[in-house]
Amino acid sequence: MSIFLNENSKVIVQGMTGSEGSKHTSRMLASGTAIVGGVNPRKAGTSVDFDGTSVPVFGSVADAMKETGADVSVIFVPPPFAKAAVLEAVDAQIGLAVVITEGIPVHDSTYFWAHAQGGSTRIIGPNCPGLISPGRSNAGIIPANITKQGKIGLVSKSGTLTYQMMYELRDIGFSTAIGIGGDPVIGTTHIDALQAFQDDPETEAIVMIGEIGGDAEERAADFIKANVTKPVVGYVAGFTAPEGKTMGHAGAIVSGSAGTAQAKQEALEAAGVRVGKTPSETAKLMREIVGA
Amino acid sequence: MDLFEYQARDLLASHGVPVLPGGVAETPEQAEAIAREIGQTVVVKAQVKVGGRGKAGGVKLADNPEDAKARAQDILGLDIKGHITHRVMVAQASDIAEEYYFSYLLDRSNRTFLAMASVEGGMEIEQLAVERPEALARIPVDASVGVDSAKAAEIVDAAGFAPEVRDQVIAIAVQLWDVFSKEDATLVEVNPLAKAPDGTVLALDAKVTLDENAGFRHTEHAALEDAAAADPLEAAAKEKDLNYVKLEGSVGIIGNGAGLVMSTLDVVAYAGEEFGGVKPANFLDIGGGASAEVMANGLGIILSDPAVKSVFVNVFGGITACDAVANGIVAALQQLGDQATKPLVVRLDGNNVDEGRRILAEANHPLVTVVDTMDGAARRAAELAAA
Repeated sequence: MSIFLNENSKVIVQGMTGSEGSKHTSRMLASGTAIVGGVNPRKAGTSVDFDGTSVPVFGSVADAMKETGADVSVIFVPPPFAKAAVLEAVDAQIGLAVVITEGIPVHDSTYFWAHAQGGSTRIIGPNCPGLISPGRSNAGIIPANITKQGKIGLVSKSGTLTYQMMYELRDIGFSTAIGIGGDPVIGTTHIDALQAFQDDPETEAIVMIGEIGGDAEERAADFIKANVTKPVVGYVAGFTAPEGKTMGHAGAIVSGSAGTAQAKQEALEAAGVRVGKTPSETAKLMREIVGA
Repeated sequence: MDLFEYQARDLLASHGVPVLPGGVAETPEQAEAIAREIGQTVVVKAQVKVGGRGKAGGVKLADNPEDAKARAQDILGLDIKGHITHRVMVAQASDIAEEYYFSYLLDRSNRTFLAMASVEGGMEIEQLAVERPEALARIPVDASVGVDSAKAAEIVDAAGFAPEVRDQVIAIAVQLWDVFSKEDATLVEVNPLAKAPDGTVLALDAKVTLDENAGFRHTEHAALEDAAAADPLEAAAKEKDLNYVKLEGSVGIIGNGAGLVMSTLDVVAYAGEEFGGVKPANFLDIGGGASAEVMANGLGIILSDPAVKSVFVNVFGGITACDAVANGIVAALQQLGDQATKPLVVRLDGNNVDEGRRILAEANHPLVTVVDTMDGAARRAAELAAA
């Protein structure tokens, strides 16, 4: 098993014909993802060739779903048009919308998150690398060739730290690795992923990577204490970040005394999570737990 | 982006929120002229983006234009908690009968917007929230619905505003929502919202934070940026579209991905403890692509920082494989030529790492040391900075 994404997932790409969209569609196809279509109202009825694989373009998410049975959309649409793209995916009731786009105004993401409540779409992101269930499917921009299928579940706010951790533990492998994104408002949280990994029989242990800003890690710590019986190791980035400065990710900011790495580490440790001081030390803690 | 009070005031006024007449001055003479135009007692307020300016002597009353000039003279140049005062706002002074509080903000934890209101304004809201939480109404606002006059009435009544000001505050609550939603703000806070002796309700002081991600639909917001206050290296980096934050230490940092760069800063600071407290000099994320041109731009900025003694380049080759990154580093050093004067510690890991390291070894640049692990490379960079 894996979470949110598996070998049966049928993936469409909104923004497939743009430069990022087409580059990563090609990479997703190369890693074995079932890409069944792209969405672009101006190019409906055409198709795009990716190294010999022809991918049809549909006029809307709803059309693409009707024609192909797609249940996942990966969204590369630029910020000014991203809100409309996500709302379209939600209104078409697709199961999973993975929003890769960085730089979406927070009024737009808060709006589409509110709009999706009570509906049937899980949103991952925005400003995230997506998720990969190695050997099965890859929805987003995570490099597929740095690890293999295995028994660790990974959830992270950061893309490159996800890759780093996948690579450090590549011999053990991952059920699913999911980058939830570094924006202040995101669809799927650490808690959602922790719950899914707890329920996934293939996942034996979980790595959780956080960073400064907000209180998602503290909430996740409370959740782990109450609900997660599988071993969890943690890592938090940003101990040296100064107050009031945004560190790359729009959500990565210490405001006054809120959102510090120290507070997050303490909350996780109080919940019984072993927290590494560096990414390598975190990988080592995981090795001790899984005995590899 | 946090606005100055005078910018926030102008923004509020442009959406119809009642404010007192006033203007901003950079010289005592300008302050005098504004006071003369207002023609009555004014308040001269330091424009700094930090709280506690009243206690620091940054807010003074002036009875006449000459007095306003003298007070502006006192306040301009004042250091308030490390913020130098370059401007003062001169506004008509108002007698205050009652002080209230009103704000809209992004509630990250609950992924929604929040209205907060209280009839006990004037004090720090954090203090009120702790000491008398029952006096602070907190009403979630659904982002897909917004605030109309019915919603505004719900907020105003929850806070217990008296009947004689209720309608005025409801109208202001709708106008403030206009500011919050139409300007793409993440904070609009009025403290105090004040009742004058004649019963009129006015916004006397406001804080506004704007979402920089929404800049594409508010080109006018760029003019609100305080270019003078920006660090010159940060300004230079911004011009090249680099995600750079100046810090206090001596190890220049370049990495790809915000999380990895934050992690690199931490690892360097830990390693630096061994060498007398060496710290990272900056945050610089060159993004997943890590092309030669971006690498050269980034190195250029970091090497122009006189505080930098060594540089740590920490790249994980995921989307862009390590051989391409290594070629980028070699090309960047070639482009920089004699400008590259400080030792570089490079750590590459990920796809095609062996080929990447081979390329760096072959280039054999005298300034470059390749270290295999992130922790080891951080230690070497800290050691070089301490030497």
